[in-house]
Amino acid sequence: MRLRKKTRERLFIASFLAGPLAVYIIFVIWPYIETFGYSLTEWTGVAPPSKVVGLKNYVDLFHDESFRHALWHNIFLLIFFPTITIVLAMFFAFMLNVGGRRGGLGGVRGIRGSGVYRVVFFFPQVLSVAILVILFQALFETNNAGFFNGILIKLHITDANHPWEFLNSNTFVLWCILFILVWQWVGFYLVLFSAAMQQIPRDYYEAALLDGAGRIQTYFKVTMPLLWDSVQTAWVYLAVAAMDAFALVANLTPGSNFGGGPDGHGEVLATYLMRNFQTAGKAGYACAMGVVIFFITLILSLVVLRLTRRERLEY
Amino acid sequence: MAADMTRTTLDPAQTSGRGRPAGGDRSRRLSESGVTLNVFGTGFLILWALLVLVPVLWVILGAFKDTGELNGSAWSWPHEWSIDAFRRAWRTGISTYLKDTAIVMVFSVSLTMLFGAMAAYVLARFQFRGNRFIYYLFVSGVMLPVYLALVPLFFQVSKLHMLNTYQGLVLVYVAFSMPFTVFFLHSFFRTLPSAVFEAALIDGASHTRAFFQVMLPMAKPGLISVGIFNILGQWNQYLLPLVLMQSQHGEDAHQMLSQGLVTLMVNQGYSGDYPALFAGMTIAMVPVLVVYLSFQRQVQAGLTAGTLK
Repeated sequence: MRLRKKTRERLFIASFLAGPLAVYIIFVIWPYIETFGYSLTEWTGVAPPSKVVGLKNYVDLFHDESFRHALWHNIFLLIFFPTITIVLAMFFAFMLNVGGRRGGLGGVRGIRGSGVYRVVFFFPQVLSVAILVILFQALFETNNAGFFNGILIKLHITDANHPWEFLNSNTFVLWCILFILVWQWVGFYLVLFSAAMQQIPRDYYEAALLDGAGRIQTYFKVTMPLLWDSVQTAWVYLAVAAMDAFALVANLTPGSNFGGGPDGHGEVLATYLMRNFQTAGKAGYACAMGVVIFFITLILSLVVLRLTRRERLEY
Repeated sequence: MAADMTRTTLDPAQTSGRGRPAGGDRSRRLSESGVTLNVFGTGFLILWALLVLVPVLWVILGAFKDTGELNGSAWSWPHEWSIDAFRRAWRTGISTYLKDTAIVMVFSVSLTMLFGAMAAYVLARFQFRGNRFIYYLFVSGVMLPVYLALVPLFFQVSKLHMLNTYQGLVLVYVAFSMPFTVFFLHSFFRTLPSAVFEAALIDGASHTRAFFQVMLPMAKPGLISVGIFNILGQWNQYLLPLVLMQSQHGEDAHQMLSQGLVTLMVNQGYSGDYPALFAGMTIAMVPVLVVYLSFQRQVQAGLTAGTLK
């Protein structure tokens, strides 16, 4: 018996979607939904949640000083990480694409060896976070064996008895994390911005040059405005990353369970969440925290996209 | 179009030649600002390149030193180039981690590609009710940080009795790779011409056959890009195995490479054997490096495609 054409097509669609959807819903969508549900319970993380406590977890969260501290640290990252990364990546992208000496098409081209730079700058992006942890552990070592302290001692900026504390320092621990994040991501956004710059028609530059604009002026008056879309996207993604930073903080900062030290100065929301879940037996509370983080990220992204919206130029 | 015209009518020699008589000061100004920017800019580029390369090379160098040399001073060459640390790292676990990671990834990457291509294809080329909804359901996952779902995910996998099993991790990897894979391939399938596909249907091929024998081969470049992306992503995955591949009833944990490296870090940290740790890290880095350098164009294209639109 031959099925009707329409029926056959429906069967085909259903059979192709069934597997992927099932796996995705069971392991991704459902856990995210459960996070919301569990956040309303007093759940220890062992037996299934028994007692519904309504919004109590959320109210507690407001009075939790550690949570507030962690939130401030994330806000610190949220301000500096996207800004520094975008500025550096933009600058590098400009140099590699149109920063070269005169000549080339319409008077603009990248500097020599730009391909090599691109490969090198992007490289940290393919390293796993575990490798980053080991790498920076060694770089920030607080004795003569550390990479940075080795340099500092060689240059007589400090001596072997007074090495810089880096990750063990209350003041600098977050700056170190910030440095690692920037180091890891600049190359990625360099490539992203380069791709966008390549799409800007050459004659725009040429017109600017003929009108007597210098390179710096060209950058601010031509390149920047035309890349606005990419900058927005970059900001949103970087903001999501700034709210995370879990693996780096958990493994690099001092502290027994998921780091967060010294003395809470390196704590971020993600590590505080995991500690509540895995060691403090406050899984319901941890879920409430997850929900709050989720909404902070979401609202922030929407606000930024709204505020910075500009007219789009098609070319 | 416009760029093409520029290319044919204004070649560089002409531009500068023509510009000189009329605008001498203009080009002088241009080159002055250019020189400062170039010196400063190039210097900074070189500095950043060194900042990326030197630390990595320095740690690899550390794998050849012995413990004394390593703790003595950061800036010494190894006395003799010994590969003993690599042997120790290999014995203390790297070989097992590599084996476990390879087993998981053979299945997870193939299944990710198969499922991703199937879903993306149907969503991109067929109209049916709920199409948009399902598409956004898949794609919304790109924005969600993994650690938010970690707590319930652990119990979900536990309920299915799949903690510390290969199949459990494979399914979780596939699920978490879906958003980007579907998103990427969806846009790719949209661009494919439908003529060949229709011809196949007229020739009596079923939808399934048309997919596997006509559409998939045509989508090969897209599949390669997203495939490399998934290989790198799953190879480097740290958080998921950390939570899901813990020892349950005293049996050995099937640790993945990234997770194993951190374990190694903790253990070697106690025994003070840093050269072995650096050697382990180097071993873990080599496959990534090979993939990256051989496919760097596709890797860069694949990774940035996700954020462009």
